[in-house]
Amino acid sequence: MIRYKAIGVLRLAALSLLALAVMPARASELSELRSELDAVKSSYQEELSALEARVAQLESQLAAASSAAASSAAPPVAAAEVPAPAAVALPPSVPGGGGGQNAFNPAISVILGGRYAQLSEDPATYRIAGFMPAGEGVGPGPRGFTLGESELSLAANVDPYFFANLTTAITGDNSISVEEAYVKTFALPSGLSIKAGRFFSGLGYLNEVHSHAWDFVDQPLIYQAMFGGQLAQDGAQLKWVAPTDIFVELGAETGNGAQFPRTSLQGNGLNGGALLAHVGDDIGDSTSWRLGLSWLDARAEDRSFTDITAGGVPNDEAFTGDSHTWVVDGILKWSPHGNANVHSLKLQAEYLQRTEDGQLAATINQLTLSAPYRSRQSGWYAQGVYQFMPRWRFGARYDALDSGSTYIGLIDSGLLPPISFPTLAPAKPTRVSVMFDWNPSEFTRLRAQYAWDDARLDLRDRQLMLQYLYSIGAHGAHKF
Amino acid sequence: MNSIVKIAAAILIAAVTLPAQAAIRVLATTPEWAALTRELGGDKVDVYAATSAFQDVHRVDAKPSLVARARNADLVVAAGAELEIGWLPVLLRESGNARIQPGNPGNFEADTNLRLLEVPSAVDRSMGDVHPLGNPHAHLDPHNIAIVAAALSARLATLDAANASYYQGRGSDFQSRWQAAIVRWEQQAAPLKGVPVVVIHRDQAYLCHWLGLREVAAIEPKPGVPPSSSYLAELVTKLSAAPPKLILRNAYNDSKAADWLSERIHVPVVLLPYSVGGTPAAHDLFTLFDDTIARLLGAVK
Repeated sequence: MIRYKAIGVLRLAALSLLALAVMPARASELSELRSELDAVKSSYQEELSALEARVAQLESQLAAASSAAASSAAPPVAAAEVPAPAAVALPPSVPGGGGGQNAFNPAISVILGGRYAQLSEDPATYRIAGFMPAGEGVGPGPRGFTLGESELSLAANVDPYFFANLTTAITGDNSISVEEAYVKTFALPSGLSIKAGRFFSGLGYLNEVHSHAWDFVDQPLIYQAMFGGQLAQDGAQLKWVAPTDIFVELGAETGNGAQFPRTSLQGNGLNGGALLAHVGDDIGDSTSWRLGLSWLDARAEDRSFTDITAGGVPNDEAFTGDSHTWVVDGILKWSPHGNANVHSLKLQAEYLQRTEDGQLAATINQLTLSAPYRSRQSGWYAQGVYQFMPRWRFGARYDALDSGSTYIGLIDSGLLPPISFPTLAPAKPTRVSVMFDWNPSEFTRLRAQYAWDDARLDLRDRQLMLQYLYSIGAHGAHKF
Repeated sequence: MNSIVKIAAAILIAAVTLPAQAAIRVLATTPEWAALTRELGGDKVDVYAATSAFQDVHRVDAKPSLVARARNADLVVAAGAELEIGWLPVLLRESGNARIQPGNPGNFEADTNLRLLEVPSAVDRSMGDVHPLGNPHAHLDPHNIAIVAAALSARLATLDAANASYYQGRGSDFQSRWQAAIVRWEQQAAPLKGVPVVVIHRDQAYLCHWLGLREVAAIEPKPGVPPSSSYLAELVTKLSAAPPKLILRNAYNDSKAADWLSERIHVPVVLLPYSVGGTPAAHDLFTLFDDTIARLLGAVK
């Protein structure tokens, strides 16, 4: 009995202790419950209001129908034909198709592309005169029929905080590359968002655009010369959209920077980064525009390529130093009242300028010499695409590059003759391209393009390209 | 020095307190839902319509001006049912605005409140640009607008609880005026019942359903697919045998195909506003239906 009492006392003590500990928690729980209750109330209010509206609507219909019947002006058949309302209130939660585990599958979209190219010059000898080779993305690609990149893209929200996207490119030679694999926040406050993983850098205009959305088969020469195609970052990007009615967006990126014009660093840390700024707005209801200014800071260590000297002896050159690229981009889209179904016009232009400052090493016959190197290279393109009738578009593009005046210490000091550096000889490559495309639906594009390519300077490459692009799966949404 | 601090403090206080006093900023994807939000929100909402009645809402760019509006919006009012799938998801992602993401009170889709017409039992792109969730052009049945109005009214009250009674008042005022207008429209439009019509896209389905107009053909062979000349020739043969009374064209449709067909089969084209602003007379939701019915009646006579 005593034992029992003791246990009772103990219990009481334990309970009161618990109560003491729990009290503050209870208070917060209570307020939480209150706010939950409020949320439930308001959502029910929405449903109730919808139901009330439905009742009112049925009442009015009934009244109209009975008054029609009472007046008996209309034959009874017509009264029976009073259309059932096109809609009734649904419970607020509409189930997303299917159910089960598959309901959470990401949106899958596939782009199939391929082309036929007829080139007057051997693509193996392609080079952009005056510019250090920037890697694989340079040149018109192989002759004849080739399977282009088949792009497979998976995208979905991860949770209430992140969106994730994976875009892989399966190339005709049976290799798979990861074009983009990133997560992006959408729940940060104050117009901020962070993207992390591998993504196309936000610099310029065309850099972020996937190849299937380009208006020409290939990229502008300056993109090929400066980035060897598209500049991808393995890193992170922070963007901020200003709280203004005019569009203002600022961004900063950093990453490991392994891609041209950068090289992967041996140690820890980051390799430079990019700063981005975009502004844009509408002019009237027919025209919209965007202007951008970006800056890429990069470091290269032993960025090497092989030059073939005039005597046929290979010269292995390697640049080590700082590389800074400015990009100015502008795009303007016009369509009557913003309706692009019949006519539309898209004008875009970008100017890129790069300064590099460091050391250039040259290895000829196993003898390595090194001296300062400075260059300021630039280039631009301008293009216009006009939809002259539904489904048909015509476009023209002009590319112009300037290798600038390059200071090569090895030549200036008289250690090596200029003929040892044929690739770096001053040059102003140009190219003119025209294209036609037909889009029987939003998901099919067939294109013909012809280009007069003077990138080699001494040889004009006449390029005819026929291209198809098909997209299947989830409806893609494109950026401006 | 002291005054500088004072001014800075004043600016800071203004910056902090101003947004609280300002109206709810709304980005509506289409002019009809923009107009409804204005009806329900009065001077407590600041509404920006992303598109006009002259635009095809399937095909809109996620242009910079819209990203800026999405960035500042407290509420996005969209038609939903994947009508804006080609651009709204990009706007939402690019906006850096957590309030308007799907699942938040700041994201309102009109069509989720409705039972849609023409929900396909199976979808395949060989059928054209079909909408898996059903025909999203639901606003041309005014009964649907009443249902959406009730839900939107409640949403405004949720977002701006301080003015909840204001929205309730405006909401019930709108409902009573709207129901009266529906009765009037249905009486006026009685002669339209059973009238055979040709449409361009299937975006008049709700209007036809409501008024009992009979859609006998569409100029687009499949949704979003422009007609070929052989299809048009077939259409002429088919319609010459049993001519419709009217060809309906929306403000945003190209006039060419409709005019071409009209000349061949000697049936008038009726230009309909489709949304608020589509014709000069259709300057709000009430006049949208006034003008639509007046134009239809005028053409049938």
